[in-house]
Amino acid sequence: MKAPAFAYVKPSTLDAVFELLERHGEGAKLLAGGQSLIPSLNMRLSAPELLIDITGLREYAGIHASVDSVRIGALTTHAEIERSAEIGKHLPLVARAVSHIAHPAIRNRGTLGGSLALADPAAEYPACAVALEATIVVSGRNGERRIKAEQFFKGLFETDLKPGEVVTAAEFPVAGRNDKSVFLELSRRRGDYAIIGLAAHNSRFVFFGAGTKPVLAGNAASKTSLQEARAALATDLDPPADLYNSSATKLHLAGVLLERAWNTLSTSH
Amino acid sequence: MEHALDITLTVNGTPVSRRVEARQHLVDFLREELGLTGSHVGCEHGVCGACTVRVDGEIVRGCLMLAVQANGCKVDTIEGLSDSKEVGELQRAFHERNSLQCGFCTPGMLMAARDLQLKNPAASREQIRAHLSGNYCRCTGYQAIVDAIEEVLHGKS
Ligand SMILES: Cc1cc2nc3c(=O)[nH]c(=O)nc-3n(C[C@H](O)[C@H](O)[C@H](O)COP(=O)(O)OP(=O)(O)OC[C@H]3O[C@@H](n4cnc5c(N)ncnc54)[C@H](O)[C@@H]3O)c2cc1C
Ligand code: FES
Ligand code: FES
Repeated sequence: MKAPAFAYVKPSTLDAVFELLERHGEGAKLLAGGQSLIPSLNMRLSAPELLIDITGLREYAGIHASVDSVRIGALTTHAEIERSAEIGKHLPLVARAVSHIAHPAIRNRGTLGGSLALADPAAEYPACAVALEATIVVSGRNGERRIKAEQFFKGLFETDLKPGEVVTAAEFPVAGRNDKSVFLELSRRRGDYAIIGLAAHNSRFVFFGAGTKPVLAGNAASKTSLQEARAALATDLDPPADLYNSSATKLHLAGVLLERAWNTLSTSH
Repeated sequence: MEHALDITLTVNGTPVSRRVEARQHLVDFLREELGLTGSHVGCEHGVCGACTVRVDGEIVRGCLMLAVQANGCKVDTIEGLSDSKEVGELQRAFHERNSLQCGFCTPGMLMAARDLQLKNPAASREQIRAHLSGNYCRCTGYQAIVDAIEEVLHGKS
């Protein structure tokens, strides 16, 4: 289908974005890569009056590594993250996750900020952000707020973003020499959203496609043997069924991923 | 607030200026305003890849980008790549290996294959498949498409 009619504006400063959001309230939507928003417009699942294209704010794109963290601007595309040598070096978990996001043509436009703000429960970045204890940076009329990823993702497509706020960046702690991470995903076809996936960093096992938001499997992680951990997983997760997989199937698959990650983490150096 | 905007872009090397509705997708603009019907419209929500075009050197979904967003950009379509012979080798291999039946997916397949040829000319068979993962073909079963691309990349026949 075709998108309904809307007005379009492409401001060049964040202040202009705040002003537009204030003036148009619920009727306005931010447009970043458009790779989730435009499908929803085409399917007429949403009908905003105004799209505010934020891709002109180039200062919010780009990757900056410091001694202990990597700051990725909200407008950085999946393709830029995929190509970045700094991400490969300092954030191996994110580097492994990104090639699972959709397909090359979509990765060329989709952005980190769009994915975090959308908070799809089967998306890769939110799970990585929780596993790595990233900080999400948001800005509004009243200044900047910094929110721990675990607090940022609140529920199904629901975040801590307040009306009028924009995600501007995410900051990920640099992986240390002794840190180990594993990224695993099961999907029907390459590039599809996950049936179930696991972003694991040391003992932080974060499942996606496993609930309304990224799920930190704390009980499983507290066990000393794989067998106990697999058994404890049922107390951490209650995955919702999808069109093809029952909740029990997904829980089983989560156990399979946990086992693979456990074995990799306990043998790799 | 504007529902229609003036845009200027370069399409297959030719400068174009038009007034477009904000809601119009790039692929509809190319097909309906410019008569470039080589880029196809399948699903209109980013799944099939039939609408693949190149914007500033990178492949994108023509159905997931608005025409207004292409303001100031350099857009290349299958017509441009065909006329310049940029995809000539790929077209020949697709033809020889029966890599198309109805041909609906072919323009998008060629755009994605050319992108791979530019970015990773040494791509393995598995990498070819990964690069084409966002392009659906409902006829061929993909085997012949992957064969044709492999032949062009590696000179196999
Ligand atoms: C066929 C297909 C397959 C896909 N598969 C996957 C997949 O496997 N995994 C995955 O993670 N994603 C997948 N995606 C989605 C893709 O990754 C999107 O790019 C991403 O979810 C949203 O980013 P965007 O920049 O395109 O955001 P947009 O579509 O522009 O925006 C999405 C939402 O976020 C809001 N928003 C955008 N930027 C900001 C910001 N900076 N601050 C506040 N709000 C903002 C918008 O208003 C909108 O509500 C897929 C998409 C398609 C079409
Ligand atoms: S028509 Fe654009 S991806 Fe199907
Ligand atoms: S040849 Fe018919 S869809 Fe590919």
